[in-house]
Amino acid sequence: AHPGTSLCHQMLFFIRAAILIQNWYRFTMARLEMRRRYSLSIFQSIEYADEQDQLQVFSTLLFFFPFVPVSHIFTSPSVSQVVDEGLYLTEFEKKIDVPDSYYGPRLSFPLTVEDANALLHAFRNEQLLHARYVLQLLYETRRVLKEMPNITHLSTSYSKEITVCGDLHGNLDDLLLIFYKNGLPSEQNRYVFNGDFVDRGKNSMEILIILFAFLLIYPNDLHLNRGNHEDYIMNLRYGFTKEVSKKYKDHGQQILCLLRDVFSWLPLATIIDSKVLILHGGISDTTDLDFLNALERNKLTCLLSSLCSGNSFFFFFFLKLKSLMQPPKSVRDRQDQLKERIPTTRPSKHTAGKTQHISLSGSAEPSGSNLPPDPALKEWKQILDILWSDPRSQNGCTPNKCRGGGCYFGPDVTAKLFERYNLKMLIRSHEFKPEGYEISHNGKVITIFSASNYYEEGSNRGAYIKLNPELIPRFVQYQVSKVGTIESSALKCLREKIYAHRSELTSAFAQYDLNGTGRISVNDWAAAMESVLQLELPWRMLRSQLAQTTPDGEVDFMSCFYDLKIGQPIKEVQPALVETLCRYRKDLEIIFNVIDKDRSGLISLEEFGQTWKLFASHLGIDVYDESLDKLVLSIDYNKDGHIDFNEFLEAFHVAELVGCLGSSPSCH
Amino acid sequence: GAQARDGAVAEIEKKIIEAFEVFDHECNKTVDVREIGSIVRSLGCFPTEAELHELLAKVEEEEPTGHIHLEKFLPVMTKVLLDRSYRPIPEDVLLHAFEVLDEHKCGYITKEELVKYLTKEGEPFTQEEMEDMLSTALDPETNSVHYRDYISMMIVDET
Repeated sequence: AHPGTSLCHQMLFFIRAAILIQNWYRFTMARLEMRRRYSLSIFQSIEYADEQDQLQVFSTLLFFFPFVPVSHIFTSPSVSQVVDEGLYLTEFEKKIDVPDSYYGPRLSFPLTVEDANALLHAFRNEQLLHARYVLQLLYETRRVLKEMPNITHLSTSYSKEITVCGDLHGNLDDLLLIFYKNGLPSEQNRYVFNGDFVDRGKNSMEILIILFAFLLIYPNDLHLNRGNHEDYIMNLRYGFTKEVSKKYKDHGQQILCLLRDVFSWLPLATIIDSKVLILHGGISDTTDLDFLNALERNKLTCLLSSLCSGNSFFFFFFLKLKSLMQPPKSVRDRQDQLKERIPTTRPSKHTAGKTQHISLSGSAEPSGSNLPPDPALKEWKQILDILWSDPRSQNGCTPNKCRGGGCYFGPDVTAKLFERYNLKMLIRSHEFKPEGYEISHNGKVITIFSASNYYEEGSNRGAYIKLNPELIPRFVQYQVSKVGTIESSALKCLREKIYAHRSELTSAFAQYDLNGTGRISVNDWAAAMESVLQLELPWRMLRSQLAQTTPDGEVDFMSCFYDLKIGQPIKEVQPALVETLCRYRKDLEIIFNVIDKDRSGLISLEEFGQTWKLFASHLGIDVYDESLDKLVLSIDYNKDGHIDFNEFLEAFHVAELVGCLGSSPSCH
Repeated sequence: GAQARDGAVAEIEKKIIEAFEVFDHECNKTVDVREIGSIVRSLGCFPTEAELHELLAKVEEEEPTGHIHLEKFLPVMTKVLLDRSYRPIPEDVLLHAFEVLDEHKCGYITKEELVKYLTKEGEPFTQEEMEDMLSTALDPETNSVHYRDYISMMIVDET
């Protein structure tokens, strides 16, 4: 053969081989990326659905206000018996003893850098700060915060750069990593922390202690903005309250009460060089910075609860009542079903889903109401908007359906606000971002999220912003541990949801299975999953992980529920109740906590009955008194006339359920 | 007949929309143009970079905005799936490709050679792609890629 030809041939072989390998590699990487993305999708949709559930629960509580003593939610119980604030430090020393066996940090006020270092060292070694010092710290923090305006103004003139951090959500490792990479706060190293310090992660308390300590040492150089999670109803739901109660058994309640107040005193926003606005959520088309700066921010202890004082509350209640004049669909249905003996589970929130929701955002005036606009309502909405809103690329300002509070705001809303207040940039947090940050609205809006591995190990990076005197942002990303696969975690989460909706799903599938074969098309299966679970997920992609198919490509729909066994429930209890409990475990916990006024974790048998009825009406299921009594008696295991919430969950093996799901069927 | 085909088309369109929506962060039926490759590939296709560019030309706006709209993408991608364009690379073909690069037929390719081929020939890898591949494929003790093992590992992870 001619040497030239064979050389050409050889070259061609190499080139073709290279192309094949490159092609295959890019294909494989794209598939991995897709799997990573939909895993994140799963986590995110479940999270947002949860948050929406949260607000729905709350609206229902308001509806039942006349029958349930929830009035104590809306007023801050008195936090301290001490009238003269100057004496509080010594009061605590007198009242709370720190034993010699305590080896943690012993703080002395005013705090110094040594105290801060001692705290950092202790927390790295997983020690707890003693309750007395926590309380003293919180009192001091409140005193300092009270002096601060609602909107803090900073200037870059005398420091090199200002560092802005986003959501931390109890991830102490991330805060320590930020301090390691970027240095501790000081006069030369200024920080702004943009809210959501607590909930979800397991070190919310430690993060607060560190941030407050530095705030006391460098009040002009460490700045905090309030986030939507600095709100005690959110804390009840998303873990911070539990964390505090566990870590501080004796003084937990005192600490939580004081925290409620401290949170309400957190500033709402920070402005740098009059050009860069930093706040937690976003803005709306009605955001009024002057109004925000002037209002009394501490009145709103809990955004989700009410407009606090006197008349405003009743107005708000009336507003809610107006939207609830049409009682929730399930209540009406239940009345229609008085004749039926079998309780039905028909959660109105899920069938209502995206089209109809009980919104806490929306316009300041109720439609058709003759009541004059209430200034307290305006205050509440202004703050809700800046703590809960999200930017979107479409123009306009629409209610934020995902969250149930705040708005979606478009580039035109941003532009208008910038023009009105002569701003250049908006830095906000509030939304998870895989890379830790995201730029939108043509570079005008930056989202900064500092909790890495937020959903799961490997789910995302965290980031912080370095802002120089020219106000050009520089992003620093990090991730606390190695990237691993998060897919199996996401799927576990999803399977838990599937189990919780088992009976609804089964009937939805059955509707497509006209001949009772147990099989339906992929299309029908996907439609049923989406409509019942109300989660926008790529079902066809997930199908192979969630259900088995027959050789001819149909879905054996009951296979969705294999491996999702729950232990034998108590005989007297209807199976539907068990399932409902799984789904509404969190809701039940909130309601339980509200009724358990002293948060002792114990409620009496009558109180329990009351809780159960409230819970049941929220879901539209019927409860019959005899089965309820039997239920209650069987749950009070130690027969002391009280039910511990854990006893209750234990009875239905709910606590174990999460551990069991997705693993072997033989877990009981 | 026609009804079956319509059914098949509807099914395909739903798959495409699903894949598209995973990358549609703002839920406004657009994706960043740089994600199109991932979307097309996650639907089971193996386009080369050149073929991707051709496809992009069909779905981009007249004035490229950096975003691709679903309404342009859907018909083009539907046709791709119906015509089964960009066929998959079977495992044995992939293996043979590695064997071609393995001049001495010893079952592995040295790091230097692999880098040379994949970053200079064909549709060259970027440095990041090369580093990514090496991070999983390279056996640090021998500083080479044992391609049979590598392929088996990657294909198992896929399923």
